[in-house]
Amino acid sequence: MPNRILPSEITPESVYRQRRRLMQAGLAVFGAGLTGAWARLAEAKVSLPGDIARSRFSTDEDLTPYDDVTTYNNFYEFGTGKGDPAENAHRLQTDPWSVTVEGECARPGTYALEDILKPHALEERIYRLRCVEGWSMVIPWVGFPLGDLIKRLEPTNNAKYVEFQTLHDPEQMPGQRRRILDWPYVEGLRMDEAMHPLTILAVGLYGKVMPNQNGAPIRLVVPWKYGYKSIKSIVKIRFKEQQPVSSWMKAASKEYGFYSNVNPNVDHPRWSQARERRIGEFLKRPTLMFNGYEEEVAGLYRGMDLREHF
Amino acid sequence: MVAAAEASARGGIPAVWQRVITFLLCLLPLAWLVLRALTDQLSANPIEDITDATGTWTLRLVLITLAMTPLRRLTGWKWPLRLRRMLGLFVFFYASLHLMTYLWFDQFFLWSEILADIVERPFITLGMTAYALLLPLALTSNQASQRWLRRGWKRLHRLVYPIALLGVIHYYWLVKADVREPLLYGAVWLVLMGLRLHLPASTSRMNRQDEKKSL
Repeated sequence: MPNRILPSEITPESVYRQRRRLMQAGLAVFGAGLTGAWARLAEAKVSLPGDIARSRFSTDEDLTPYDDVTTYNNFYEFGTGKGDPAENAHRLQTDPWSVTVEGECARPGTYALEDILKPHALEERIYRLRCVEGWSMVIPWVGFPLGDLIKRLEPTNNAKYVEFQTLHDPEQMPGQRRRILDWPYVEGLRMDEAMHPLTILAVGLYGKVMPNQNGAPIRLVVPWKYGYKSIKSIVKIRFKEQQPVSSWMKAASKEYGFYSNVNPNVDHPRWSQARERRIGEFLKRPTLMFNGYEEEVAGLYRGMDLREHF
Repeated sequence: MVAAAEASARGGIPAVWQRVITFLLCLLPLAWLVLRALTDQLSANPIEDITDATGTWTLRLVLITLAMTPLRRLTGWKWPLRLRRMLGLFVFFYASLHLMTYLWFDQFFLWSEILADIVERPFITLGMTAYALLLPLALTSNQASQRWLRRGWKRLHRLVYPIALLGVIHYYWLVKADVREPLLYGAVWLVLMGLRLHLPASTSRMNRQDEKKSL
């Protein structure tokens, strides 16, 4: 993130002490019974020396409280109300979990989640999350770069895009009983976006295993795009030559484009994107280009008309 | 029908209590909102909760208000017309809270932003139009205005039908994908319009007498 640190970005002691307590509390959750990947998650947390060795991509902004992050969610698979996911996501069975890899790559197949996670060191990434609806949060994710997984899967030269799918099971996801969107939920990235070091697959937040309502057991986090791009509860990854058509593009192609980069200058057709309400704050703040990650990602879109490729 | 109306007048709740009960019932959504706010039951985005609740109850109350005339015609009861003005004023009350939430908490009285919104966002345009149309109805809801405007009063207050429709479309245009609730309100509006057009106005004389007495 930026080299310049604003005074407002320096975390007050009380806040980081609280954070540490939360992390310690998080660690306590990982009991003796944890094995495999989840134990690795615990180890990763243990090896994090306090707040200091966070990723260089992390922001120092105040965290959105854990309760807000886990009770105010857009996850239509569990209902369209913000509180529905927290209420209904307990139905989701995240263990065992497997991810199917398909398409233009040398190593397709169905992988157990443990095998997906095994070689990757988990790290904390504190990212801003900007919802297309005009609110935002700051969330300490735990995950690893998507690019590292993609390299293992050895995409072919034809792989220009990566498409992701969420679980489709109305038994576990009651919101899917109504055709609010064309299930299963589909999202996609261009290969260079997917390989970008900011793009991660997250398996936890606040040092804890990912709560179901936040997209357990494994979800995408692309911090410079509107939240709906960061697809949750992933069961399929497909390498493609053609640009994927996301669920929101299908639902309203004039309102939701493939790129969906946070951009204060390109409004949603029905509302302004110039400002946002940070959850927990009263006044709105201006929305930043690429959600404040302009320095890192603007190069991906050089020469593109962002009004056309919204 | 006349017999039924008399029966309800004889055996029913006294008119003053009808008004008190309706008044308290209409305050319940606001009381519920305040209670949730005070007991920390609102979501992580309380402004959104306030906007949602006040907007939703404006719509529900305007549809309830519109249901009063058909109810009167279907049942012959007198109380629906007696309560109509208070219900209408509560529509205005919740609409005002809704608008204030937007002007204050959403835009912080940045008039340039608000103006841009009104011009550029169709759903805001509709909401503002609906409120602008509601304003003269609230201002002329008293008996003096009724006497002063004579037959024009009734014509003016028929605006409540397009106002309700604007409200429904305002809601429909702002939801992202789940249009079930706005569609439901739209369906209710259509049914009420249909009833209004197809129910015989019993005798128009009777209605006029009702209105003179009750409004």
